[in-house]
Amino acid sequence: MKAKNQRLFLIILAAVAMLGAVVLAMSGLKDQAAYFYAPSDVLRNPPALDRDVRLGGMVRKGSVKKLADGVTLRFVVEDERHAIPVEFKGIVPDLFREGSGVVAEGKFVTPDQFVASNILAKHDERYMPPQMAGDKHKTGRVS
Amino acid sequence: MHAYANPARFLKIARPLTGLLGLVGGTMLILCVAYGVLFGPADYLQGETVRIMYIHVPAAWLGMAGWSGIAVASAMQLIWRHPLAGVAGRACALPGAVFAAICLATGSIWGRPTWGTWWEWDGRLTSMLVLFFLYLAYMALSRAEREADGETSGEGRMTAIFGLIGAINLPIIHYSVLWWRTLHQGQSISVMKGSSIDASMLWPLLGAAVGASLLFGAIVLMRMRAELADTKLEMRMRRLAAL
Repeated sequence: MKAKNQRLFLIILAAVAMLGAVVLAMSGLKDQAAYFYAPSDVLRNPPALDRDVRLGGMVRKGSVKKLADGVTLRFVVEDERHAIPVEFKGIVPDLFREGSGVVAEGKFVTPDQFVASNILAKHDERYMPPQMAGDKHKTGRVS
Repeated sequence: MHAYANPARFLKIARPLTGLLGLVGGTMLILCVAYGVLFGPADYLQGETVRIMYIHVPAAWLGMAGWSGIAVASAMQLIWRHPLAGVAGRACALPGAVFAAICLATGSIWGRPTWGTWWEWDGRLTSMLVLFFLYLAYMALSRAEREADGETSGEGRMTAIFGLIGAINLPIIHYSVLWWRTLHQGQSISVMKGSSIDASMLWPLLGAAVGASLLFGAIVLMRMRAELADTKLEMRMRRLAAL
């Protein structure tokens, strides 16, 4: 084999080995590297109570209620299979809307009640002018 | 490619190409970003903050394209010993790092009003930060290796190997939003599925990306010419010193 081809072969071999290692490592990391728990993960594998976790999903439409004290919000985070009630006291980001994505940082106080200490809004991959969105994507603004 | 191995022949083409790419790319970038920022539509959810996308997305693409360039150049250097490959790889590092930094900074500024946080350690943000650090490491390594080789005017083989290994981060950045749940939104533009960005925002965005790419090409050529001139100067000095 010519030296040039030998080097080409070696580098391709090294690249394949590296790629394999990374794919293995990344799929192994899959659960650890996830940024948040989805409600169905919680159903499958509930995190310990009083452990700091992030819960992410969609804010169920019509579920956001402001309590009488004026600063506490109650809403439901859901995905296709499960829904979890969340309580949060504080100021939410602008993009926190019903029907939109949300990531709540906090703790489960009981297996069916999450208390958030911080709320992050998750934006999806759709970008469009308001007139385009029309009624199709209209989401409730939380005032 | 070996036709351009001769620096004289390369320079003959690179010299006029630098200005052409810089001029066309710069004009395109400025026009498209200005259009997007001043006249483009606001987003139905994000409102005006969407406009930062016209800088953020091209910067992210070029941050990654820069390392792709390093990887290709490194492979050409290691396999075919192309004499200009090392020069090209090193020339990609600084502009790549700058674009990666712009991507991180604009993303952070966008994240504060949109997500409600400046920074979160999610898969996409973390892997992009790693890319930025890889650029810094690459630049430090190439400088150190050049200094260590000194007289022998080494080929920078360690740097090239590092350039190849670092490329492993590119698929991780790209697939981070697919493999893991991240705060960062999923991909909006895909070859297979088209775009979930409305056409009124997509076209200025693509224009800005093409413009920034041409500008990137101009910067790389400029830096390659500078390094070749440096080497030439050094050789001449050495010859003079030997007299």
